[in-house]
Amino acid sequence: MTAPLVELRGVKQVYGGFTALDTLTLSVPDRAATLAIAGESGSGKTTLARILLGFIEPTQGEVRYRGKDIATMTKAERFEFRREVQPIFQDPFDVFNPFYRIDHVLEMPLFRFGLARTKAEARPLIEDALERVGLRKQDTLGRFPHELSGGQRQRIMVARAVLLRPRLIVADEPVSMVDASLRATILDEIRDLNRNLGIAFVYITHDLTTAFQICDDIVVLYQGKVAEAGAVERVIGAPKHPYSQLLVSSIPLPDLSRRWGDEGMEVPAEQSDRRSDGCRFAPRCPHVMAKCWSVDPARSLADPDRAVACHLDTDGAPLSGEDIAQVFTEGDANEAATHA
Amino acid sequence: MSGAAVLDVQDLDVVYDTASGPARAVNRVSFALRPCQRLGLIGESGSGKTTMGTALMRLTRAPGRIAGGRILLDGADILTLSPRELRATRLRDIALIPQGAMSALNPVMRLRAQMVDAILAHEPGRSKVELDARISELLTRVGLDPVVADRYPHELSGGMKQRAVMAIATSLSPKVIVADEPTSALDVVVQRQVMQTLGRLQAGLGAAVVLIGHDMGLIAQFADTVGVMYAGRLVEIGPVAAMIEAPRHPYTQLLIDSLPGIDVKRRLTGIPGLPPPLVTLPDGCPFAPRCPLAHDRCRSELPSPQTVAPEHRVACHLYPEHESLPPFRAAEATA
Repeated sequence: MTAPLVELRGVKQVYGGFTALDTLTLSVPDRAATLAIAGESGSGKTTLARILLGFIEPTQGEVRYRGKDIATMTKAERFEFRREVQPIFQDPFDVFNPFYRIDHVLEMPLFRFGLARTKAEARPLIEDALERVGLRKQDTLGRFPHELSGGQRQRIMVARAVLLRPRLIVADEPVSMVDASLRATILDEIRDLNRNLGIAFVYITHDLTTAFQICDDIVVLYQGKVAEAGAVERVIGAPKHPYSQLLVSSIPLPDLSRRWGDEGMEVPAEQSDRRSDGCRFAPRCPHVMAKCWSVDPARSLADPDRAVACHLDTDGAPLSGEDIAQVFTEGDANEAATHA
Repeated sequence: MSGAAVLDVQDLDVVYDTASGPARAVNRVSFALRPCQRLGLIGESGSGKTTMGTALMRLTRAPGRIAGGRILLDGADILTLSPRELRATRLRDIALIPQGAMSALNPVMRLRAQMVDAILAHEPGRSKVELDARISELLTRVGLDPVVADRYPHELSGGMKQRAVMAIATSLSPKVIVADEPTSALDVVVQRQVMQTLGRLQAGLGAAVVLIGHDMGLIAQFADTVGVMYAGRLVEIGPVAAMIEAPRHPYTQLLIDSLPGIDVKRRLTGIPGLPPPLVTLPDGCPFAPRCPLAHDRCRSELPSPQTVAPEHRVACHLYPEHESLPPFRAAEATA
């Protein structure tokens, strides 16, 4: 079996006294995977993105890219890693230098990574990338960032990432700043890149509907820990962890048969002051039991392609850290076996 | 219906004076709301929805100006009020819950002082005991512990700040509440709670609500009436069930189609093209260049709003010839 594209082993990230990610073990298989990382603010999802991109080195644990620990990579390996793993950030207004034309934004990485030496060599690559994200060169090249709309700017960022022929795109809330209609278009384009060019992506979001639509697998984070992970059809379609259930029931769907009504929710929306030494979700959980306050639930394999960390799920077989990393790959293996 | 209306907007025009000419951000918009009615106003960025909300409060600032029309609040046109009368009307009769509660609160004042300011401006001479009791009641009503009155805004979470702003906005029991994307910066769970709180407040006060947003899902969860704005115009308005299940305007249908659900996986489809620049609006229907069903007449003649069902109006040349929106594929639309 080939090494996973990215593998996190017992990754912990501490900022001051605050633990943003707590001994996370996770793997992205090397087969054009589409993985969503979902959670609310404070869940650790942006920290996870920064670790995957190699922007920060975790306090503890290791991050392996195609089998190599990125902390001990040689300079050449690190250079290759930088090209193969590309970010798309949230805010299309903040990432551009306002003094440079769009051409410069797109040429620079090509020159930097030696994919083109001259502007003439860069040009066809740039035009191809623009076309892939639905932009016309006459609308974008030669212009300054402020002359483009928010949607165009965000697509330029997607084009910039695609130019480098990456293996993995880590997109941190790439469409939270654009309208619903444009959101659909941009996400569809990202999904196309995955289908047509085989680029894997990790989509970091708080929006479960778009995660369901464009990703195969999802990890739901709660305060730096995995609450539930597995195929989107399982985790979003029939959530088992009370936190996933809360998230799914809070999705504003344009469906009158699923209106919330005005009655209050049975669970507090926000973290209360009471701290739990066991499950982090205990203070908000409608099904909280005595042991939830003291014992951190181990993750267990609830279905062939879904893992849950909850004391309610006692039927599932407990998983070790090594096992949990294999949930997605094993799920696919089972799927392949059924199809065969 | 306009007799019973608490808010009656007639032919409202709001213009931004720009270097390249006047931009018509709100273009002859009319609608009326009864007490307790919940209108969700939806549109893309630049459709004029926020300009509309600001104009309802008569808070339009240069280079914007209200260029025409009437806004009748309980029968009186707020556009003709004196500055003094206008100050008395705001908050007491019509209140705004602005976008981004973080910036609506004064960071160097405790919540209590900000709430007292608002109440005393309208009801001077209240005693401290009365004010304290009132503030406790207002905070409890929006689901906050009364002790937060003595906190500064930075000590509150995003959802708590949004609730605090809602407590101030409803402190004088307004008849109309204008809420402009009140949950845009909040997590989904908090968003749901805040919207439910707004619903309870509205029902308790018997107020009419104008909820402005771009998320059809959120609007459908809250509103009983949905209005769709495009390029400054109200292109369709009707009861929420009809608007979701059988919209008449192709744009409304495309907005609904662009929403991803969680039942079946499908290709996500946005609406091709961009809204027209408001300075140089095309002749005819402003949506015609992006409309999959546009025909010659749409490119030359502006459609007027027409009633297609009880309380359901649409500005589209497909009617009255058609009974309902003919089927179309979004892919046929030209960019």
